[in-house]
Amino acid sequence: MQESTANQVAANATSSFTEHLQRDRPELLPYGRSLQAGVPAAAPLQVPHATTIVAMSYDGGVLMAGDRRATMGNVIASRRIEKVFPADHYSVLGIAGTAGIAIDLTRLFQVELEHYEKIEGTLLSLEGKANRLGAMIRGNLPLAMQGLAVVPLFAGFDTSAGVGRLFSYDVTGGRYEEREHHTVGSGSVFARGALKKLWRPNLTAADAVAVAVESLYDAADDDSATGGPDTVRQLWPVIYTVDSSGARRVPESELAAASRNVIEARTIAGREA
Amino acid sequence: MTQQFYVSPEQLMKDRADFARKGIARGRSVVVISCEDGIALVAENPSPSLHKIGEIYDKIAFAAVGKYNEFESLRQAGVRYADVRGYSYDREDVTARGLASVYAQSLGAVFTAEQKPFEVELAVAEVGATQAEDHLYRLTFDGSIADEHSFVVMGGQADKVSSVIGQGWRGSLNFADAVRLAINGLVPPAEAEEQAKSLPAGALEVAVLDRQSETMRGSRRAFRRLNDADITALLA
Repeated sequence: MQESTANQVAANATSSFTEHLQRDRPELLPYGRSLQAGVPAAAPLQVPHATTIVAMSYDGGVLMAGDRRATMGNVIASRRIEKVFPADHYSVLGIAGTAGIAIDLTRLFQVELEHYEKIEGTLLSLEGKANRLGAMIRGNLPLAMQGLAVVPLFAGFDTSAGVGRLFSYDVTGGRYEEREHHTVGSGSVFARGALKKLWRPNLTAADAVAVAVESLYDAADDDSATGGPDTVRQLWPVIYTVDSSGARRVPESELAAASRNVIEARTIAGREA
Repeated sequence: MTQQFYVSPEQLMKDRADFARKGIARGRSVVVISCEDGIALVAENPSPSLHKIGEIYDKIAFAAVGKYNEFESLRQAGVRYADVRGYSYDREDVTARGLASVYAQSLGAVFTAEQKPFEVELAVAEVGATQAEDHLYRLTFDGSIADEHSFVVMGGQADKVSSVIGQGWRGSLNFADAVRLAINGLVPPAEAEEQAKSLPAGALEVAVLDRQSETMRGSRRAFRRLNDADITALLA
């Protein structure tokens, strides 16, 4: 009798917000509900999709950048969507895929990390954070099978090792550590090509921002679902850097300058690409 | 067959209340002070890891005296309540008033229905944009809730500590003054001579809710726990 009480207490002691929701309020989870079971998705649902995210390491940290476009089939669903978010003080995540689910998943992940920190009194390790995100993506697998996939990219500063690290995921929640740089989303192929030429070891933070802006420019050049810098509306990519002092959003003025540099250099060159 | 003796409800409640009071009186006091810079929470606590003060949400903190296992389970329940509420509605919809009323209900239910009441006393503090918007709630073992102004003292020598703090409290205190005032209250005057020096930062648990956390630290989370070095620097 006593032993079973102890077991019960131990079983209920969770530091995870997601587990708490699963147990008490499953309807609040962004995933977990299946669309009508057994009915194959005839045509992909017309919902906004978030597109290209690039991430790279630089001297002393990691950087993540995302363009500002969401598309719904051939329509631009949003020109101002933000797809890179701070997860906590030392990590950021970017999302590609079904925007609605991805944004809620981000919110859940942010609460998950903060909840753990408050309950336990310490920050989760970077590996721990990466694993939790993987578990959430796996939770979304039933919806991913029906065409509503979410693919994140996760970057953070490992305070115990003193280095920035980068993790990519597949729809089954598989977690892969990446070196140097990585991209996800519809424009990722083109952004990756640009990164392979532009990225060098030991970039400074400012150079890394310039490389990120240029690789997104290349992605937007060839992928219709990726938005380039918008000088009319003054819309620039969203970029976060993470180093030993924490995550920082790169201010609009720096992004505007970096974007204008790319546009100017290409205009002067006047070449096809 | 055993005969069930009749015990009047008055007697039953009185016995329970006495039991809880005795448990709480054994512990050391905790002080929560609203001041110019925000809200300071100070406890005499030699353990660096078993906290009596905790963060609940962006602007809300928790302080407790009594049995650790009981107030720790209440703290965790509070964090869950606040996080679920903030996740399902919005972050600004989480208020100290809502949390305090949930605590009052659970303490009240435990007091009347369970084998033994919780031997705890809680304070829920919410820092506002101005001092007038600060909220301090004090909750006792039977579920009573009191809306306090300027400061809250709980625990063993609450009356003594409270009179010292009451004399020294002003709205214009900054964090350093507020923490000093709290320490003056926590250390009995008779022992103050030798203890003022010997009550080191390590024997104190101090946390603050910054009124200007957004502009000062760029964080919406106002709660900041001070480590030994921070406390020494603050009091220097």
